Amino acid sequence: MRLVRALLVSGLTACAALQVCAQGGLTVPKAIEAGNSFSVQSSGSGPATLYIVGPQQVIKRDVQLGSTIDFGEGTLYGAGHYLVFVTGSGESAALDVLPASKAGDVSFLARPSRLPVGLREGITGAVYVFDTYQNLVTTPVAVSFQLSTPGSMAQSRAVTTRDGAAWIAMDSSPREGAAQFVARVGDISATRVIGQVPGDPCGLQMKATSAGQNVALETAPVRDCSGNAVPDGTIITFTESHNGAQTTVDVPLKRGVAKVEMPAYPGATISVASGVVLGNQIRWGR
Amino acid sequence: MLRWVLAGTIVLGAGSALAVGQASVHVQPYHLEGPRQLADQTAKAVVQDYVESWQTLHEALDQNRVDVLDRDFVGAAKDKLTDTIQQQAKFGLHTSYQDRSHDIQLVFYSPEGLSIELTDNVEYDQQVADRDKVLTTQHVSARYTVVLTPSETRWRVRVLQAVRQ
Repeated sequence: MRLVRALLVSGLTACAALQVCAQGGLTVPKAIEAGNSFSVQSSGSGPATLYIVGPQQVIKRDVQLGSTIDFGEGTLYGAGHYLVFVTGSGESAALDVLPASKAGDVSFLARPSRLPVGLREGITGAVYVFDTYQNLVTTPVAVSFQLSTPGSMAQSRAVTTRDGAAWIAMDSSPREGAAQFVARVGDISATRVIGQVPGDPCGLQMKATSAGQNVALETAPVRDCSGNAVPDGTIITFTESHNGAQTTVDVPLKRGVAKVEMPAYPGATISVASGVVLGNQIRWGR
Repeated sequence: MLRWVLAGTIVLGAGSALAVGQASVHVQPYHLEGPRQLADQTAKAVVQDYVESWQTLHEALDQNRVDVLDRDFVGAAKDKLTDTIQQQAKFGLHTSYQDRSHDIQLVFYSPEGLSIELTDNVEYDQQVADRDKVLTTQHVSARYTVVLTPSETRWRVRVLQAVRQ
């Protein structure tokens, strides 16, 4: 068995430098591009059966030994390593089918689907490049990524694939809105939509006015640090402290502001917050 | 990180799934493309699931059984193997792919963690038979590029492709 293996290995090595590989009377291209036409030349005479066998594809053809056997375009398209042999003669050869050089499909995965604005390298994209036969194109290919949000400057980067894959990390835009994230290889492109939502409130401010027995509290329009309006429904927390007692009221933003009335205790301290973001503090007059 | 993987040759034959046709497995040190850290357990699971997929490949193509592919293959890899099995069945052929050794290098872990790519210099014996008659047996050395994606319980092969060495 070892001897057989050694002979096979040496045979493969000897033909490695040739464009075609003649083994035991079979002349087979060493490699072809997926889907391309090719020919196999056999020696001898009489009828036989030729096989091309690999995990990706199997071809069987009745042939006349000594003739040239032609395989048309699109016959052998699964990239991989194939064994070519003819029954009865012991003739065999190896044939590599390479992915087509032109990209036919881009598998593009972008994450996350939704994120806050202004996040550094918050958006990632990964691509795998395939040819039209769904073979992974393993030779380096240039991929351009573009992230564009209406009203913001588009970000563009180019990356070269390695082993068929490429990835990118990009910043989310300062502007809220749906961003188009595009990966392009030649004339093939894939687009994903990334939702960019306002970030945490920034510079949270409230004012207080007298309302009879109560104090009326109202925030200024709540915005993130990039100036985007924080969405309605975001919870704003008002806290009043007086004589060691504390009262807390959670109010959802409505039309960009939060309003509430709390008991007007002279000397009370009232603060406003949203999550971990603190706003201003007011001491209610006596 | 990943010392057991970097240490050298690992034989994953102890697992029950590798009880048949144990292949030696060597995992190369790697420099992963991508920003995501690869946890030891993930790396081990990927390698083990990939090596086990060769057993499934062997079983599926030797017995012309499409149904066994589900556990280890998905997407284009599964579609292509399904086509091959159907072609083999049509011609009355079956092929044994018995892996003997794997030399694996993890090369890419996508940022969102939903795919991992490896290359494998694999040696296997390929035996083609027409019903009960063996037509040829060859020892093959090939370099494979493989993409795996996670499923509920294991990593499944999405791309399995020999590339020219």
